[in-house]
Amino acid sequence: MILKGRIWKFGDNIDTDIIIPAKYLAHTDPKVLSQHCMEPLAPDFPKKVKPGDIIVSGTNFGCGSSREHAPLAIGGLGIGLIIAKTFARIFYRNAFNKGIALLEADIYDLVDDGDEIEVDISKGIIHCRGKEIHAKPIPPFMVELINEGGLINHLKKKLEG
Amino acid sequence: MGMTITEKILAAHADKEFVEPGEIVDCRIDLAMANDITAPLSLEEFEKAGAKKVFDTGKVVFVLDHFTPNKDILSAENCKKIREFSIKHGIVNFFEGGQCGIEHALLPEKGLVVAGDVVIGADSHTCTYGALGAFSTGMGSTDITYGMVTGRIWFKVPESIKFHCYGEWGKWVTGKELILHILGMIGVDGALYGAMEYTGDAINALSMDSRFSIANMAIEAGAKNGIFHVDEKTTAFMKEHAARPYTVYESDAGAKYKQVYEIDVSKVGFTVACPSLPSNAKDAGELGNIDIDQVVIGSCTNGRMEDLEMAATILKGKKVAKHVRCIIIPATPAIYGEAMRRGYFQIFLDAGCIISPPTCGPCLGGHMGILAKGEKAVATTNRNFIGRMGHPESEVYLAGPAVAAATAIRGKISRPEEAI
Repeated sequence: MILKGRIWKFGDNIDTDIIIPAKYLAHTDPKVLSQHCMEPLAPDFPKKVKPGDIIVSGTNFGCGSSREHAPLAIGGLGIGLIIAKTFARIFYRNAFNKGIALLEADIYDLVDDGDEIEVDISKGIIHCRGKEIHAKPIPPFMVELINEGGLINHLKKKLEG
Repeated sequence: MGMTITEKILAAHADKEFVEPGEIVDCRIDLAMANDITAPLSLEEFEKAGAKKVFDTGKVVFVLDHFTPNKDILSAENCKKIREFSIKHGIVNFFEGGQCGIEHALLPEKGLVVAGDVVIGADSHTCTYGALGAFSTGMGSTDITYGMVTGRIWFKVPESIKFHCYGEWGKWVTGKELILHILGMIGVDGALYGAMEYTGDAINALSMDSRFSIANMAIEAGAKNGIFHVDEKTTAFMKEHAARPYTVYESDAGAKYKQVYEIDVSKVGFTVACPSLPSNAKDAGELGNIDIDQVVIGSCTNGRMEDLEMAATILKGKKVAKHVRCIIIPATPAIYGEAMRRGYFQIFLDAGCIISPPTCGPCLGGHMGILAKGEKAVATTNRNFIGRMGHPESEVYLAGPAVAAATAIRGKISRPEEAI
């Protein structure tokens, strides 16, 4: 799957309280949550971002709470891909469970906010600024899970089977 | 080849003789937990999956502790959904109202977690139960749904990192100061995906309450879990609280560690984590004059008896500084009752503190103590991210109970001896 999109840069340790502040956690609707995505750091982000855009970050993206509202808020904006140097582990599982692809690659210093990049998500190849960067492969177990349509589809099949 | 405690627990729950770091294992779970902000999403997934029942009505736990007592209509609706689900499915351990405490203080107290267990919870601080020699970790609501329905979940076996702690503890220094000190050493991703294992005489000397504080903040280093060896204090705690049998696992002599840290706890002072990362550690003595608007003593990290006892000892006969709100939150009804019986409530009230019912409340900026723009708080909680306790331009300093109480008296960040 090839994705072409504008990138939005966020630095290191972007925590879940930034991605979606706790005061909105009584909501479960991704559309509502998305309107407050990144609010403490970039209040205009939900207004400016377009579906298909890509988040690029540094280390430990998604650290903090286990709130699945974080990937829901990002997904609610139509963002389907985040590229970071590293991801926090709970966020890593949650994002895949909510249909957001994550690629581990060190492109933060290579790109500027607003750049357009092209990414082959399944191969993990990123084209930016005339360079071809290979992301760390998505673990085979996660690929299997994605191919099954995610954890809940896997569960559904199991229950029907 | 040897295994660590974490590897042994995961191997046992995957019905395997041996597991190693990096391996994906499918494990039986002993408990799946969610709270009032994460359970609603779990229940939506439960519906989507077409599930009809939970795997074991005694092993699925709901604790309505975050936005309770219900802070608004939406929170009340969420609690109502969880209550109705719990009644319909016969969930034994459904906690709300006067039965409810902060989940990670409540579950060990109710004897729902024992050594050797595998516990998953839709809350990142589920790692707290590692203090009991259990493997426990936080996950999202969808993973919890899978666990609730099947009684199983997948894990990647984490690499273990050992923290060997020795030396004499300073007066008023607790597990909280140690974990903030460790976060300062290794950073907020210093144990990413790993298991933080604690050993040594200085760990054996710690109370269970302090061990819970340390295990609680493993997630703040990016870890999957924190884990402690079972000793006579652990077994005494389990005897007092739990009726279930437990299994003790010990790390083998040949167990592999990604890293081993040696820590002399006599060098751990009154560590404070400055805004806006838990790893931004400084000593309370080197911070200069930082005026504070609010002090919070509570949370799943530090709302237990040891914390309230320290606060009461320091606040006895003293007054909270003018213009400072000092909010004390006993973590569970049992702790609340015991603090009252011991006379701590009178001490707190005489000093001018606010005593809150058990709730996560202000820790995550939910309610019951939100900060205005530009305000500063000292809190015994676990996170000081931007906007964590309120306005994005408010600030949180994380500390242990003694520093928090001393700060309440002096109105600026203080070491305990400065307030006595």
